[in-house]
Amino acid sequence: MNSLIVIGQRVIQAIPTIFGIIVVTFILTRALPGDPAVYFAGAAADAQSIAEIRKSMGLDRSLPEQFLFYVRDLAVGDLGIAISTGQPVVEELGRRLPASLELTLCGLIFALSIAVPLGVLAATRPNSLIDQLCRVIVTAGVSLPTFFTGLALVYVFYFLLGWSPSPLGRLDIIILPPAHVTGFYLIDSLIAGEGETFVAALAQLILPAITLGLFVLAPIARMTRAAMLQALASDYIRTARASGLAPMRVLFTYAFRNAMLPVVTTLGMVFSFMLGSNILVEKVFAWPGIGSFAIEALIASDYAAVQGFVLIMAVLYVLLNLTIDILYSALDPRMRVES
Amino acid sequence: MDRRKFLKHGTAAAALGGGLLPMLRFLPAEAAGRKDTMVIVTGYGPNSMDIHRKGTNRPAYQIAVNLYDRLIGFGTKNAPDGSLMYDYSKLTPELAESWQIAEDGMSVVFNLRKDATFWDGSPVTADDVKWSLDRAVSVGGFPSVQMKAGVLINKDQFEVVDAHTFRVKFIRKSKLTLPDLAVPVPVIINSRVAKQHVTEQDPWATEYLHKNPAGGGAYMLERWDAGQQTVYKRFDNWKSGPLPAMERVIVREVPSPSTRRALVVRGDVDVSLALPPKDTAELQVAGKLTVVGTPIENCMHALGLNLKFKPFQDKRVRQAVAYALPYDKIFKAAAYERGVPMWGGKSFTPKDISWPQPFPYDTDLDKAKALLKEAGYESGFEVPMSFNLGLAQWQEPTSLLIQEGLAKVGIKTPIDKVPGASFRTKALVEKDLMMHLKTFGGWLNYPDYYFFWAMLDKHLFNSMNYRNEEIEKLVPPTLDMEVDDPVYIANVKRLITIFFDEVPMIPIYQPSLDVAMQKHVEGYKYYFHRILDARWLKKA
Repeated sequence: MNSLIVIGQRVIQAIPTIFGIIVVTFILTRALPGDPAVYFAGAAADAQSIAEIRKSMGLDRSLPEQFLFYVRDLAVGDLGIAISTGQPVVEELGRRLPASLELTLCGLIFALSIAVPLGVLAATRPNSLIDQLCRVIVTAGVSLPTFFTGLALVYVFYFLLGWSPSPLGRLDIIILPPAHVTGFYLIDSLIAGEGETFVAALAQLILPAITLGLFVLAPIARMTRAAMLQALASDYIRTARASGLAPMRVLFTYAFRNAMLPVVTTLGMVFSFMLGSNILVEKVFAWPGIGSFAIEALIASDYAAVQGFVLIMAVLYVLLNLTIDILYSALDPRMRVES
Repeated sequence: MDRRKFLKHGTAAAALGGGLLPMLRFLPAEAAGRKDTMVIVTGYGPNSMDIHRKGTNRPAYQIAVNLYDRLIGFGTKNAPDGSLMYDYSKLTPELAESWQIAEDGMSVVFNLRKDATFWDGSPVTADDVKWSLDRAVSVGGFPSVQMKAGVLINKDQFEVVDAHTFRVKFIRKSKLTLPDLAVPVPVIINSRVAKQHVTEQDPWATEYLHKNPAGGGAYMLERWDAGQQTVYKRFDNWKSGPLPAMERVIVREVPSPSTRRALVVRGDVDVSLALPPKDTAELQVAGKLTVVGTPIENCMHALGLNLKFKPFQDKRVRQAVAYALPYDKIFKAAAYERGVPMWGGKSFTPKDISWPQPFPYDTDLDKAKALLKEAGYESGFEVPMSFNLGLAQWQEPTSLLIQEGLAKVGIKTPIDKVPGASFRTKALVEKDLMMHLKTFGGWLNYPDYYFFWAMLDKHLFNSMNYRNEEIEKLVPPTLDMEVDDPVYIANVKRLITIFFDEVPMIPIYQPSLDVAMQKHVEGYKYYFHRILDARWLKKA
């Protein structure tokens, strides 16, 4: 019950934030250089047809009027039509967001499965060989730009070795996507019981997920290491050790659980950062995600698409913060008391 | 957000994607072996299935080309390098099996194929043709402007004679009218289907045809996943030409050119479009693939000098700039020598009316300095050099080389990078960029057509604010003249002479349209619209 109230409070707190974001995006997109009416009018338009289009898009009205229309449409879930793909923004986001989320989550899982053990190992043996190795890996990961890592992986594993399927988005050309349930192909293919589709979707995911994951190894591994070092040096660990508890138990039950708090905070930041920064990965792997959509929209001064993108990202961030808060209280009972 | 509406959208999207192929998990077997399937990768895909819609992008013309028929098409000839290209001097039957120009030359009658049907099996009639051409001249925007170029302006010009006979009346005689009926715009739409989706606000069913093509062309739409892929399936009852060899064509969007190159080199796709000149040049040397580069007709990459900027109002300054450009370096560094040089012509008087032809300028700094001195700009001046970030691949190196070259004659050019969308507005609509790179190319391959768009005052592609009374007077009548008219030849020569001398824009090179494909791909044909016409493709 208590946690429900917390969630409710959080949601209510988010409303002014989201409204603020709506206003700011609206103004910012209007401040962009470029005129969507000209873009929309096409290659050989004359002044008259541009004026016609400006009128039909409602761009000849005053800004407050345009804003009211925008909010009215927003209230019924209408985010407008995206110029770059010609589809309603809602449909576009509904189709692309799962693609980006699936990729980001897989990248995050990959990064976690490498970075957390590496950080723990490095913390238990500071300045040992494994600590140095950890340092090298994370430095390399963070200093290689994602488009470079992506292209290098494509070059080695697809072009030279031929182990990876062709980097053509979420599924090989010959395979059709599974029936839409969640939009996550891995989950949808399992729901539909299509094993081959699952394997194919996974195979397409591996390289881009690794590319994304490599880039965020560093913050996670460094944070795990620092938090573990701090935890291992604390009084309760000394007490636990003195009481003769098994080393593994001391490490995982007492030190690791306490060290997880800052790691979860970092994870939240890393996740939101990854969602925003996977544009380059999407370009290299022809991934039909939300990042490349937003970039195309920005280039075309496509108001509706940019606004829709920022709005959905804002909602995601609010949800993400909420999730992290809930995770906190699950991990640390003190948080529950405080709230 | 309204959850119900959201769910509805979700299922609608799923139906659009999967609905045409119920219960199928894989595309049919031949896709795997790909004997009858052509896989093409390109940078960007269509944003509409309707070429007449407002805001339809260039990649969407592939739908008009492959999924719809026109009344007529263009013939085929061999390019100088032996590859195939369309022949603008020869019109061929498509939906119309024959046509006759009236004796007074003021109308043309088309005889439609009696056996031609749309995809839904209904016959193609003159009523469909009329509705479609009426639509093209009425919807406004790009389609109507393109029709106007062929003097096709009013609905009254289109007349149904009987079910299979159709007349187009001319407002005045023009050599552009018939070719303009063979460009991608005047597609023939299944009017019976379209009319079912007409509403009061939308008399031309643009909302419906935007997502649902309704035609009778060689290919039908199998899937359209916007931003990902477009899949065509052959229409087996197509009558307007030889049945295409490929049963299915998959056009997949891969934004990264490096990935496109890897895919075609690995052999996982058959054709790769829109490769940068550097990759194309390297692939050609490697020799594993067929690489075809065709100089784009009636198109030049050029430097525009805006006459709003005072020094450029002096012809001598413009000529000085033309003598100061490092042409050779630009051609090598930006175009990787793919294309045709447009500098180093021999004489200020053109010897023929071939177009585009090299301009009589070359890098000659002494001449440039002398001209600047004569014009009173011996100490030079400063002018911003703008380029389109969307085309940075060749425009960025070109701008830097121009900056370096002009610095040698005292002209300082700080570089101004303009994002793609605002470049159009600033350069073509506001015409406010003092020095900028131009890419204009005309669809209809006549020099006078180029002048019409780019050299007449206030016209869209005249981003230089250039006005010359003689050009203003010469172009309109020349546009309508036949090419074998001696007056036509004299007029065009005169136009080119003025252009040579005045250089409000300075051509650098004629770019090349490059395609890389597997050795087993045959039938690739260059078209002025620069869209891949899949109807002729086959696999050896």
